[in-house]
Amino acid sequence: MTTEIRSIIARTVELPAGVDSLTDTSDLYEAGMTSFGSVQLMLALEEAFDVEFPERMLNRKLFSSVTSISAALNELVAERAEG
Amino acid sequence: MLDAIGSDGAQGATTLAARMKAVAAVAAEAADQVDRDARFPREAADALRQQRLLGIMVPREHGGEGVGFGEIAELCAILGASCAAAGMVFAMHQIKTASLVHHGGASVWHRDFMTRLARDQLLLASSTSEAGIGGDLRNSVCSVVPDGDHVTLEKDAIVISYALDADAILATARRAPEAASSDQVLLVIERAQADLVQTSTWDTLGMRGTTSHGFKLTARVPAAQVFPKPFAEIAAQSMLASSHLFWSGLWFGIAAGALSKAQAFVRAAARKAPTVAPPGATRLAAAAAELASLKALVRDGIARFERARRHDDELNSMAFAIAMNAVKVQASEKAVGIVQQALIVVGIQGYKNDTPFAVGRHLRDILSAPLMIANDRIMANTSTMLLMSRLDADLEG
Repeated sequence: MTTEIRSIIARTVELPAGVDSLTDTSDLYEAGMTSFGSVQLMLALEEAFDVEFPERMLNRKLFSSVTSISAALNELVAERAEG
Repeated sequence: MLDAIGSDGAQGATTLAARMKAVAAVAAEAADQVDRDARFPREAADALRQQRLLGIMVPREHGGEGVGFGEIAELCAILGASCAAAGMVFAMHQIKTASLVHHGGASVWHRDFMTRLARDQLLLASSTSEAGIGGDLRNSVCSVVPDGDHVTLEKDAIVISYALDADAILATARRAPEAASSDQVLLVIERAQADLVQTSTWDTLGMRGTTSHGFKLTARVPAAQVFPKPFAEIAAQSMLASSHLFWSGLWFGIAAGALSKAQAFVRAAARKAPTVAPPGATRLAAAAAELASLKALVRDGIARFERARRHDDELNSMAFAIAMNAVKVQASEKAVGIVQQALIVVGIQGYKNDTPFAVGRHLRDILSAPLMIANDRIMANTSTMLLMSRLDADLEG
């Protein structure tokens, strides 16, 4: 999951130092992600994992690190499996 | 005006309003000269100090009056009706104070500075814009550079409004030389710590008294004067709402001031010919309804902020930013329209600068509203956010 998230970040978000220099818990905003970048990232994640982030999840925090994105995606994928 | 109810109930708000009306009377006397000479509204600034209105947002425990956003917007409206430039100086100062009050509480130096602001009635200026960032305040070229227990800063600031008349400047910069351009901090630079070399002048159509010259700003300050909280959070949680709401309050005041002149003109015409409806009377009625809708818009924005105020998650949400952006864009456009209607109602007597019904200054001043942060830029940001945010389709909340 995190490998796939990282490759999507690399494709969609411009980070001066690149995503490979970051740990899973590094703050993407501090690494230079803009709010426009976070929108691009969201759209790409929704497309790749065939999910739609609900309103309650959509805040600055969700897209702040690989770890928090991964947790949110796991939750959505689990919900889909149950539903 | 906006009739905000004070945090102490209506009586507190009345007192604040009365104090600001005293300032507005002083500002009105000098307004034409301030505009003509494009000079700082010194008389109004002195009166603001005298009425002790510069420190009112500071919490009581630090010597202020703990006033909220609603009352500040109302006070901006009162002053703006008399002198838009003085109103804008007051609004900008309070936007900076909002950042200090909301985000400085966790740091000893900033708490002490808050106390000094209230005690000595310090006037705060702002330095966000910079050559090479294309007007996006969430990016900086310059950075603070650590220098022992101090930091240094060199900033090519395209605009620092009333820098030479302020007691301190709050400036944005990158957190460190190697930080990303959006990884910013906010720091306080006191006037004595700042070296300012003027690089451009402010000879504009309106809002001439804000004296928004460009400067090369150089400073060396103790590291403690840098806010601990990242500027990204300060921008989202206090600056966005305070700037859009205080400006909108001010624009409401300018529009109300112009429309009051139109009403006086129509009344005078009606007295001369009581049996004939004066030309412009129905246009005045339509513009008055526009003014009422502008008032509702600004007040709803204030209520929206008050609901979100204690919830950082809500303040950081895109839905909240979209709402504040909408208030700014709508208020600026409506206010321009109302002042234009006021001019049509009054006619030539309003177009002339030397009549009691002159609204030329109001019109020139209000034309800055859609440009100070360009509405097109704001709408572009909103359009991006609407890709990942629910449309607010409820009448409640």
